[in-house]
Amino acid sequence: MATAKSTSSKGASKSPSTDLLKLYRDMLLIRRFEEKAGQLYGMGLIGGFCHLYIGQEAVVVGLTAATRPGDSFITSYRDHGHMLAAGMDPKGVMAELTGRVGGYSKGKGGSMHMFSREKGFFGGHGIVAAQVPLGTGLAFGHKYREDQGVCLCFLGDGAVNQGQVYESFNMAALWKLPVIYVIENNRYGMGTSVERASASSTELHRRGDAYGIPGIAVDGMNVLEVEKAGRKWIAHAREGKGPVVLEMKTYRYRGHSMSDPAKYRTKEEVSKVRAEHDPIDTLAKLILDGKAASEDQLKEIDREVKEICTNASDFAQASPLPEAKELFTDILVGI
Amino acid sequence: MPIQILMPALSPTMTEGKLARWLKAEGDKIKSGDVLAEIETDKATMEMEAADDGILGRILVQGGSEGVKVNTPIGLILAEGEDKSALEAVAAPVAAKAPAEPVPVPVPVPAVVSPAPAAPQPQQKAYTGPTKRQTVREALRDAMAEEMRCDPNVFLMGEEVGQYQGAYKVSQGLLDEFGPKRVIDTPITEMGFAGLGVGAAFGGLRPIVEFMTFNFSMQAIDQIVNSASKTLYMSGGQQTCPIVFRGPNGAASRVAAQHSQCYASWYAHCPGMKVVAPWSGMDAKGLLKSAIRDPNPVIFLENEMMYGQSFDVPEDADFTLPIGLARIERAGGDVTITAFSRMVGVALEAAEALAKEGIEAEVINLLSLRPLDSAAIIESVKKTNRLVTVEEGWPFAGIGAEIAALVMDQAFDWLDAPVNRVTGEDVPMPYAANLEKLALPDVPKIVAAAKAVCYRGQK
Repeated sequence: MATAKSTSSKGASKSPSTDLLKLYRDMLLIRRFEEKAGQLYGMGLIGGFCHLYIGQEAVVVGLTAATRPGDSFITSYRDHGHMLAAGMDPKGVMAELTGRVGGYSKGKGGSMHMFSREKGFFGGHGIVAAQVPLGTGLAFGHKYREDQGVCLCFLGDGAVNQGQVYESFNMAALWKLPVIYVIENNRYGMGTSVERASASSTELHRRGDAYGIPGIAVDGMNVLEVEKAGRKWIAHAREGKGPVVLEMKTYRYRGHSMSDPAKYRTKEEVSKVRAEHDPIDTLAKLILDGKAASEDQLKEIDREVKEICTNASDFAQASPLPEAKELFTDILVGI
Repeated sequence: MPIQILMPALSPTMTEGKLARWLKAEGDKIKSGDVLAEIETDKATMEMEAADDGILGRILVQGGSEGVKVNTPIGLILAEGEDKSALEAVAAPVAAKAPAEPVPVPVPVPAVVSPAPAAPQPQQKAYTGPTKRQTVREALRDAMAEEMRCDPNVFLMGEEVGQYQGAYKVSQGLLDEFGPKRVIDTPITEMGFAGLGVGAAFGGLRPIVEFMTFNFSMQAIDQIVNSASKTLYMSGGQQTCPIVFRGPNGAASRVAAQHSQCYASWYAHCPGMKVVAPWSGMDAKGLLKSAIRDPNPVIFLENEMMYGQSFDVPEDADFTLPIGLARIERAGGDVTITAFSRMVGVALEAAEALAKEGIEAEVINLLSLRPLDSAAIIESVKKTNRLVTVEEGWPFAGIGAEIAALVMDQAFDWLDAPVNRVTGEDVPMPYAANLEKLALPDVPKIVAAAKAVCYRGQK
């Protein structure tokens, strides 16, 4: 299994160099996985919607590094990165993308709908912002059971204008629920820029102000900044001090979904971010400059990650389609 | 072995397109993520990015080529360390592996939407233990209290369920017994607390979510249908959602259109949840206890007009009614009348009136709308050969329409008359007392319908 090679358990390692390499590896795994998914989509092996996470890797990797076992995760439909970061098997994720029986949902959920209770990953939800009350409910459960868990509830800059987000903020603040609302501000909700959709668009982290929820803007292209903010504010929520809004300033390189011709932004804009702020290149430079690892060591990680993705792709193509009888299973428990 | 670059599909429906131009030339170094070429489809021009590192060894399809089929090899990438001679090794380029063909096994689709043909099913067993006289309101409260005593994961949340003791006093006394951790007053925020409840259920708790009335559940219907009822399927059976949504449904009295609607057909339409509608105190207690124990989402439709009515209710804490079984409330051989919730009482009154005219009606209390006890209905119709359905909801795509389809499918040859539906009128509920009365099913309407299917008297 791909995840077995992780160099340390979530955030437990004391060696900074190990941590850096793990962060590098985890981000690269998402990048290569998504590129492979894009390729399979191009070959017609993945159907329907397919929302790639390329460019945003530092957000989920940095935050996951700041969590501990027993915490829960929930997000919207741009979810492959979150699953990999949560430790889900890339083979199972890729096979779900190809709609095969080896997928996490036996091929019945697809790109937007995968779950792993074992890894604390609660989806994968296709309706913009529906995951926000759901994540608030997971946090309610942590508090009810007094299990010290925290829920990381991810939403996009497009979701912040849905009413149920504020219904959730209100209850979470009222009941001091252990939830981190992570606004992944990648600047575009589908093709609408945040400036064209949101009043006070530069301050989405202040959307919880009316409820007294602390809101912090973070450089979401810098995995170390993300991890640092994560450690501080996840601890805050875990101590029973209530919810937090973390706005991650990030960027997606690819279209909203695979069939997005990207007429709403310039190529130069994308190229500039890639050239100057790429989260993986930035970390690689830091590692090499600080001599935390050699170029050869990074190349070895590249090879390992590439092999994982190739294996996931092979598995996702070899795994059979679900049997016809699966049409009528899993509708109700016990039926 | 060089890596093939294949003509990509840029949308689920694309089969071919124009390779507009190459942005890399033979011999150029390529990094994963680099834009290689521009592809034109009928909808847009899109960029094609590299998924591999290496050197663009050969261009197989030149820029400007039209009608290039998806998955045609258009170029070759040499991996690190490979030299040009490797290109010659690629004799006949092999296209991408086609996705495995669907297994040609006939899909076991039921012949109709209706449930499987009626097999003899057990009737609701008659309860013979001790009972006490109590209102439906008290029976519902006792059901919740008993289940909360048994399972610490069960909790109640909703508007005014705690300190106010319930908008209709259904949760009276629960806050005192279980405290504010388990009896939770929410803000007026239906979509929020319904979704929060679903999330809590995902996490392993067993919430009872009270809607002050089901009219307000429309604010939350996305969370009920999309999140609660579809997730088990979408997760391939992994993610369960044991939750009860309960509250008064249907017309109350003089509260007009927005507060007088029956949601039975709305929710019963959706796979992935159960929908029940009790009538008596025993129904209320037995079904609510089953609903709370059920591992699936359950919609529990109460009726405000029934809350104050008293019945003999089982006292045994182990008493439950299985979800999915109907009950014959009154036996008769001339005509079958199906009803649920408050309309069961109205149908029973109608049956008494019909008896005076020599027509013996069999009244079926449906109790569960999804799953529907089709066996009980079919068995009764095979005996009486006539069917009247009664519901407060609108006729179009209603429960009666579903039952009519069921009977046509499974008991067509036994019918001696077309099925007759008595429903709420196809109008928003009016406020004026006389108009409201006209809009709802009542004893005379049911009597007239029964006589009509028996070809007796006026209509």
